[in-house]
Amino acid sequence: MALLEVTNLKISFGGLRAVDGFEVKIEKNELYGLIGPNGAGKTTVFNMLTGVYKPDVGRICLDGLDITGKKTIEINKAGIARTFQNIRLFSEMSVLDNVKIGLHNKNKYSTFEGIMRLPKFHRVEKEMNEKAMELLKVFDLDAEADYLASNLPYGKQRKLEIARALATSPKLLLLDEPAAGMNPNETKELMDTIRFIRDKFDMTILLIEHDMKLVSGICEKLTVLNFGRVLCQGGTSEVLNNPEVIKAYLGD
Amino acid sequence: MKKLLSSKLSKNYMITFGIVIVGFIVIQLLIPTGLLSSTFQGLLVNLCYYVILAVSLNLTVGILGELSLGHAGFMCIGAFTSAFFTNAMADSIESDFVRFLIGLVIGTVAAGVFGILIGIPVLRLSGDYLAIVTLAFGQIIVNIFTVLYVGVDSHGIHIALTSEGLGLEEGGKLILKGAQGITGTPRVATFVIGIILVLLTLFIVLNFINSRAGRAVMAIRDNKIAAESVGINVSKYKILAFSISAALAGMAGVLYAHNISSLTATTAKFGYTQSIMILVFVVLGGIGSIRGSMIAAIILTLLPEYLRFLQDYRMLIYAIVLIVMMIATWNPTCKAFLAKHSPKNWFKKKKEVK
Repeated sequence: MALLEVTNLKISFGGLRAVDGFEVKIEKNELYGLIGPNGAGKTTVFNMLTGVYKPDVGRICLDGLDITGKKTIEINKAGIARTFQNIRLFSEMSVLDNVKIGLHNKNKYSTFEGIMRLPKFHRVEKEMNEKAMELLKVFDLDAEADYLASNLPYGKQRKLEIARALATSPKLLLLDEPAAGMNPNETKELMDTIRFIRDKFDMTILLIEHDMKLVSGICEKLTVLNFGRVLCQGGTSEVLNNPEVIKAYLGD
Repeated sequence: MKKLLSSKLSKNYMITFGIVIVGFIVIQLLIPTGLLSSTFQGLLVNLCYYVILAVSLNLTVGILGELSLGHAGFMCIGAFTSAFFTNAMADSIESDFVRFLIGLVIGTVAAGVFGILIGIPVLRLSGDYLAIVTLAFGQIIVNIFTVLYVGVDSHGIHIALTSEGLGLEEGGKLILKGAQGITGTPRVATFVIGIILVLLTLFIVLNFINSRAGRAVMAIRDNKIAAESVGINVSKYKILAFSISAALAGMAGVLYAHNISSLTATTAKFGYTQSIMILVFVVLGGIGSIRGSMIAAIILTLLPEYLRFLQDYRMLIYAIVLIVMMIATWNPTCKAFLAKHSPKNWFKKKKEVK
């Protein structure tokens, strides 16, 4: 059974049908790409998958569990974590704290235990610090652990966002344009990081990207969206050579 | 690295608690020498509850990142519920101090409960809208306490809108007398109790901020959508922070009520002027800086008293001082100048010379 199975997903904003009959099947441990011209509805699909928008029609199943129309926090608990197209970090908090927020639901103690500084607080905080530092090390951010997140350079902010998402130990990781605003070197490094995450955390990744080099370099399968409809689906090279896809991107 | 983080944190704690404790000891030593004016000695408890109010409001404004203009309303709830209790129980419990302690718990919890009740509808809003609604709630609370008559007799508590409407039986006691408020509350709030409550407030607020819940609240402040995406229950933590802030304001109210003999719910004491006054402490002390709001509360409470010699020009000068402080703490050039000439640097230079 596929890890993520989406069937006939539709949503309209007023008279605009933003996404019309989106479907996808993502197997465990797959690196899947979602591409399409601007305004095709890619981010809207992400927002429906993570519960920001409720789809009008359709079904989303994660690992056999129906999560259609559930709240964002429930979907996160079910196992989907995401990053954002325009970076959304907790900018006035330290890099370490950003990751610790990701661990919020995994390492728990009550507010009372926190205020009274009971032994459980110290034990859990220590665990959290260790786990968070481990994750930061993976992304080569451990030296900046006590920087404010907003003081990190752009590329590292993107990495921190991924680290925070991974801290929630998801089954499926959604990356919304991870290479946006990166130079070719940073993009190459990012490709290695994404592959590394997939292998190290045994992760399934769905990503939106415009950078064709990145898409053709790491994605195993692709779905192309155009005007809210699925234009084409399949193996990466096959999709990228499809005349319809070339037409959608380059025009007639 | 981890050690560095935790040592920074505990140093911050030490300084904040240190300021309070050193201040307390210095004042205690100065009182017998007669160097302190009676005005100043009369203000000591006021200082304590203003510090508690400022620190607790900073939890809402600085940590939760929402503007609340009804903070004095929660203080009002704490003051009236506790004063009601200490008066109603005057015959049953001998010791004023024991009654005060129980009243302290009751006042704090009552304000906290109202914080939850008001927070549930109000925290759906944010920004200016939230500020306006909290302002309204603050005013509603004050107005309710000015029209209410509450008394006790052997049947329990009676509440009405006129003193006749209460229908108290023989031997019953009218405690809250509408606009006349509550009179005859034992004045047991001392500077020592005040300082203990300030320390308790600092302990609760600082530990809250540096715990799992506090981080969640700050995450919501920084980016609500991202906080939701990592599984943080936004409404739960918003209401939690808001009600802790309200409960601590209620505690300040208890201190206030037991420092005066006649408690009336006037707008000047519990209305928006007071709420904005507390907000001024927080803003001038630096939003999000607990120590800053503490110091600002102390300076701005003492200042109008020490400007009394200016007579009619007092509030004018006070306003000018406020503006100067605001510029000095926010203007980048002034900030740089102050940082360059701050006492911290003197120490550094001395060390280098050695």
